[in-house]
Amino acid sequence: MVSVMAAAALRVVFDLAHQSVRELNQFLHGELGGVQEVLVKNPDGAHSLAVGLNAPLRVDIGGHAGYYAAGMNQSATVVVHGNAGPGVAENMMSGRVEVSGFASGGAGASAHGGLLIIRGDAGLRCGISLKGGDIVVGGEVGSFSAFMAQAGRMVICGDAGDGLGDSLYEAVLYVRGQIRSLGADARIEAMGERDHAAVRELLGAAGLLHPSSEFKRVASARSLYHWNADAGQTY
Amino acid sequence: MCGIVGLLLKNSALRSRLGELMVPMLIGMTERGPDSSGMAVFADAVAADRRKLSLYCAQPQFEWRQFEGDWTAQLDAAAFDINANHCIVTTATDPTRARAWIASEYPAVQVLSAGRSIDLYKDIGLPAQVAERYGFRNLTGTHLVGHTRMATESAVTTENAHPYTAGEDWCLVHNGSLANPGSLRRKLEKLGERFESDCDTEGACRYLHWRLSCGESLEQAIEHAFSDFDGFFTFLMGTRDKLALVRDPFACKPAVVAETDEYVAIASEFRSLAHLPGVKHASVFEPKPAQVYSWSV
Repeated sequence: MVSVMAAAALRVVFDLAHQSVRELNQFLHGELGGVQEVLVKNPDGAHSLAVGLNAPLRVDIGGHAGYYAAGMNQSATVVVHGNAGPGVAENMMSGRVEVSGFASGGAGASAHGGLLIIRGDAGLRCGISLKGGDIVVGGEVGSFSAFMAQAGRMVICGDAGDGLGDSLYEAVLYVRGQIRSLGADARIEAMGERDHAAVRELLGAAGLLHPSSEFKRVASARSLYHWNADAGQTY
Repeated sequence: MCGIVGLLLKNSALRSRLGELMVPMLIGMTERGPDSSGMAVFADAVAADRRKLSLYCAQPQFEWRQFEGDWTAQLDAAAFDINANHCIVTTATDPTRARAWIASEYPAVQVLSAGRSIDLYKDIGLPAQVAERYGFRNLTGTHLVGHTRMATESAVTTENAHPYTAGEDWCLVHNGSLANPGSLRRKLEKLGERFESDCDTEGACRYLHWRLSCGESLEQAIEHAFSDFDGFFTFLMGTRDKLALVRDPFACKPAVVAETDEYVAIASEFRSLAHLPGVKHASVFEPKPAQVYSWSV
């Protein structure tokens, strides 16, 4: 199962040109016996790489990942050295997931905890239904991002597409670039000291250097929290 | 769910390897579309007074030689390239007349495509089986549009497989589904378009072809499609000298593009592109929603 044991015996290499994703994931879910680092070579866009991890190890994916990479992550650090397909870090509970390139749709969807860093652009519906995780996007995010996001924070260094933060609950978004349009009930609010601190903290964790003063805060106006029969679908 | 693949060669030295480069792309999309698959290949155009027709007959022991004899006696001395239940006819007969003749003399024969550049293959079965059946590995040309189908709204048949064509040297493949194929169809049938399948995609193909034949640019035609199509789509389209790609404004269906100095390759997912030469240094990007991308030979 283990293809190459490095000298320190703490690092394992999987080469998906010769090994299956199932072998990789079963190893990652098993008794790790002190292994702290796993390198995945030739991922070539395979699906479900390093999903469901539940240990504080580091997994480096040496190339592009397909759907659902690092989904349901708990405690682990997963770094995709390339682009990620739809649903990267979906439902992450804790830990850290990094994507060096772009991430397709639904990145960090319904993440309960942990930190997702996307150095390039994120596609549509980034952080949809976010439930407490943090997301930092170095580039832009596509439309309908943070739709119904309940808790957690998103820092968007580039532009945002249409319908940003539609039907937001208590998640807070920080946007440096242009917002094409805000979704229903999302509004731009003044940055307070806690907001500046949050942006500094998250950018610091991602190693990004933008001043927090360049960001605006987007949060819920909370007008959808209670049913208004007089509104007549005019939200 | 379906898979789309496209490849356009910028380096003419690669043209003899078009099929060899494409087959792993198509097979890479097997999980997205195991029911049927198809391939439209564009090569240098035949003479202006010639047309190529790609024909298909589901009957396993169909007598193509008899078909050829009757055609030669009644229409013209065409060239026939017969391969199992598929045949490419290169003819001086007007395609409308040829279609009418086939419909009346050999109703079991389907015309898959017509034009000066396009050859089209489609059939039911796993992508690897269809590729093997028609020798996709040996295909040559400038660009191609391929598809693997997971049927959702109509039966698994050859007619319902993609690519779809309309008119000449035009094809379209689709990942997604349209909710209003019936109204599109009724609208187009009133304008004289004749449908050959039950598949929602045929409506999209004929709609865009109708717009193009009215003199609109592809960008204009697709702009109209955004309001007239109700549903989800990633479309990849081929013309004599172009590949064009568009995703609906909600971008529900994936696509990824890898471009180098040698080629432009398009697929639903990167795993279909991972084998291509030089892909590690390619510019890889995800097409934005509601934006038309096109590449010329």
